[in-house]
Amino acid sequence: MNSPASVASKPVPPPAKEGSASRRLPFDMRQLSLVGVLLALAVVGAITKPDEFLAAENLRLILTQASVIGVVTVGVTFVIIGGGIDLSVGAIVALASVWATTVATQDFGLGGMLLCSVLVGVGCGLVNGVLVAYGPMVPFIATLAMLASARGLALQISDGKTQVVTVDAVLDLGIKDSYVLGVPPIVIVFAVVGVLGWLLLNRTTFGRRTVAVGGNPEASRLAGIAVKRQRLLLYLLSGLCCGIAAFMLIVLTGSGQNTNGNLYELDAIAAAIIGGTLLSGGRGTILGSVLGVLVFTTITNLFALNNLQTDIQQIAKGAIIVAAVLVQKGRSSS
Amino acid sequence: MPLLTMSGTTKSFPGVRALDGVDLDVEEGEVHCLLGQNGAGKSTLIKVLAGAHQPDSGHITWRGKRVRLPTPVSAMRLGIATIYQELDLVEHVSVAENVFLGHEIATRGIVRPREARARTAELLARLGHPEIDPAAPVSSLSAAGAQVVSMARALSHDVRLIIMDEPSAALDPDEVDNLFRIVGDLTEQGVAVVYISHRLEEIRRIGDRVSVLKDGRVAARDLPARTTPTDELVARMTGRDVQYAFPEKTAADAPRAEPVLVAEGLARQGEFESVDLELRPGEIVGLAGLVGSGRSELLETLYGARRPTAGRILVDGKPLRPGSIVAAVRAGIGLAPEERKSQALLMLESVTRNVSVSALPRFSRGGWLDRARERAEARRHTRELGLSPDEPDRPVRTFSGGNQQKAVLARWLLRGCRVLLLDEPTRGVDVGARAELYAVIRRLADTGVCVLLVSSELPEVLGLADRVLVLREGRVVHSAPSHELDEHRVLDLVMRSPA
Repeated sequence: MNSPASVASKPVPPPAKEGSASRRLPFDMRQLSLVGVLLALAVVGAITKPDEFLAAENLRLILTQASVIGVVTVGVTFVIIGGGIDLSVGAIVALASVWATTVATQDFGLGGMLLCSVLVGVGCGLVNGVLVAYGPMVPFIATLAMLASARGLALQISDGKTQVVTVDAVLDLGIKDSYVLGVPPIVIVFAVVGVLGWLLLNRTTFGRRTVAVGGNPEASRLAGIAVKRQRLLLYLLSGLCCGIAAFMLIVLTGSGQNTNGNLYELDAIAAAIIGGTLLSGGRGTILGSVLGVLVFTTITNLFALNNLQTDIQQIAKGAIIVAAVLVQKGRSSS
Repeated sequence: MPLLTMSGTTKSFPGVRALDGVDLDVEEGEVHCLLGQNGAGKSTLIKVLAGAHQPDSGHITWRGKRVRLPTPVSAMRLGIATIYQELDLVEHVSVAENVFLGHEIATRGIVRPREARARTAELLARLGHPEIDPAAPVSSLSAAGAQVVSMARALSHDVRLIIMDEPSAALDPDEVDNLFRIVGDLTEQGVAVVYISHRLEEIRRIGDRVSVLKDGRVAARDLPARTTPTDELVARMTGRDVQYAFPEKTAADAPRAEPVLVAEGLARQGEFESVDLELRPGEIVGLAGLVGSGRSELLETLYGARRPTAGRILVDGKPLRPGSIVAAVRAGIGLAPEERKSQALLMLESVTRNVSVSALPRFSRGGWLDRARERAEARRHTRELGLSPDEPDRPVRTFSGGNQQKAVLARWLLRGCRVLLLDEPTRGVDVGARAELYAVIRRLADTGVCVLLVSSELPEVLGLADRVLVLREGRVVHSAPSHELDEHRVLDLVMRSPA
């Protein structure tokens, strides 16, 4: 028989023009530009405060400050790539830090506190996930409700007081003696979470499904992916990250407080966005988010070193978010 | 002098010439019916008239003057209103606000809601529906009520021509009667109506003249609506010029294997009723029917995306859990949905990832992906289907429609599926690439996959399928080997009104 394909094998029209940027580079341009911004900030720091900025102590400080919010941001990045949003991360960190530092919990020592912190985080994530996936509720609303309740509960448990940690094993993790090759354990935790997050997103079925569900939930559903379960798991993951971050904060401050993690949700979302994560879901990178966190933390540090007020700091952050998003837009439409 | 004259209207989209020198004239106060199969160019034509599409060439004369319709607003200003098939109303907003949406009654920016409601009430009364409350939200209305609101919106402008795209599709018989009464009133006032419908008996009831479109050209014009024989109308709509190349049918004489998928008395309230279906390995079964006949709904029910209200589905003799896509996919059923971009593809992702997404566990151990194997297996299948260019790492959005469809098919091949449900597989695929896709589908069938094909294009169903089921208003009204049917016969079955 005549091959029917040959009858009409008109050459396929050339595919839509291919942006040169879509050639696969090991890093995408956005991440490179964030590295550029970081370097520029370092240069500014080195010029304005040559002795202080580049001191090992200061670099350690920057990394330590970036670590807690960084771990939270990794979780939030997953949620956003999966097409959701999590406004409750700061409140969950507060609740977990308070719950893990009650006198009763401290009786169980380091292990008990860590377990408590993680369980509170995962528990809150479970509630978020069930509401969003099976409610189904709009993620914005469900996690806004969690924000309010978790903060309220944290206030109730702590009665507004700072709960000082008396367990030496926990406090020891914050002091110099615990540093590994000069790196604080907290920073190591951040690094490990970052690497695991990268692997999870890029090398596992979970990551692939996260991108699919965020990019096109209907197509994912019709492709046989359990979309609801995936959404639930994403909020569990975000809650887990909050639990870990809360414990890091306990180590860092030697206490638990209901005001902990204030506005973390905004910082985490902002870091993810300037790192190239699409707020509408379906695209994003862990590396970008980590770089985003480092940029913000470095700016804070520079402002502090130069004795500039926090109000100017806030304005600068806002400007950076706007600039980053505009740059992304310009690139994707060109 | 005709109210409207279009001459030599041409409009091309990438790969298709949707309108190829169309002439149309509409007189004041007439009901001018447009007939044509899906893809004949009706929708494009009315979009040109509504100012939503710009023609490549040709000109439009309106009341003796040459006009251009660069935007929908400019058409509105002239007095041309369009009522689309999908009603374009804002659900949670009141009837009155919908009617005056975009041309609110206002003084220096302050709206005057009372006056808007009063004028809406007048319009509704004129349309024979004084019972609709202008203050009620549109979401509280029935489909028929919403359509009346749409019409009131059209009349709120000083309208001289109303284009109605299948207005009766969502209506009950008595609501259709009311629609016709309204159309009668309008034409008496000198308003012209361009009426599109697949239901010949409606055209006979209210139409004055008929124009038939076929493959973007006018196949017949000035036919009297009441007296032209059905045979002639159908003949004008069929017999297309473009001949598709279909692969040879092989399954017709194959020994009858046991069916893989069986549906027994499958029904969904208001969509389709008591459908029995058997799909055998190597067989391509076509579902013919109009949009709204329940074709896509049936397909989605077989796939578990909708839960049947009665009946059951068996795969290899075992009942399938109803309403579960995961169960259907596990049982070896795959769907290539109608809206490829919104329902099937992850547009930002590469072809490879689009292909592998349904079969991820196959390349993973404990959730860990073996990406080399993923790429190799995806590539094997995209090669087999002749993906062109053969670069599966490129984003799927950079490929043509036909090649995007191959990515969807490859997904199910990779998954190892045995039942393939294809909903409009060649939509948005240009004519040249279609034959290639047909060959691919036949090759799949030859490997033992059963294929259920839904298409609005009759030649496609007849040319590709071994067996054809004709669906009308949710019921299978005919089933026969495709070589016993022709376009004429199927169109007759599809369009005949229920006795």
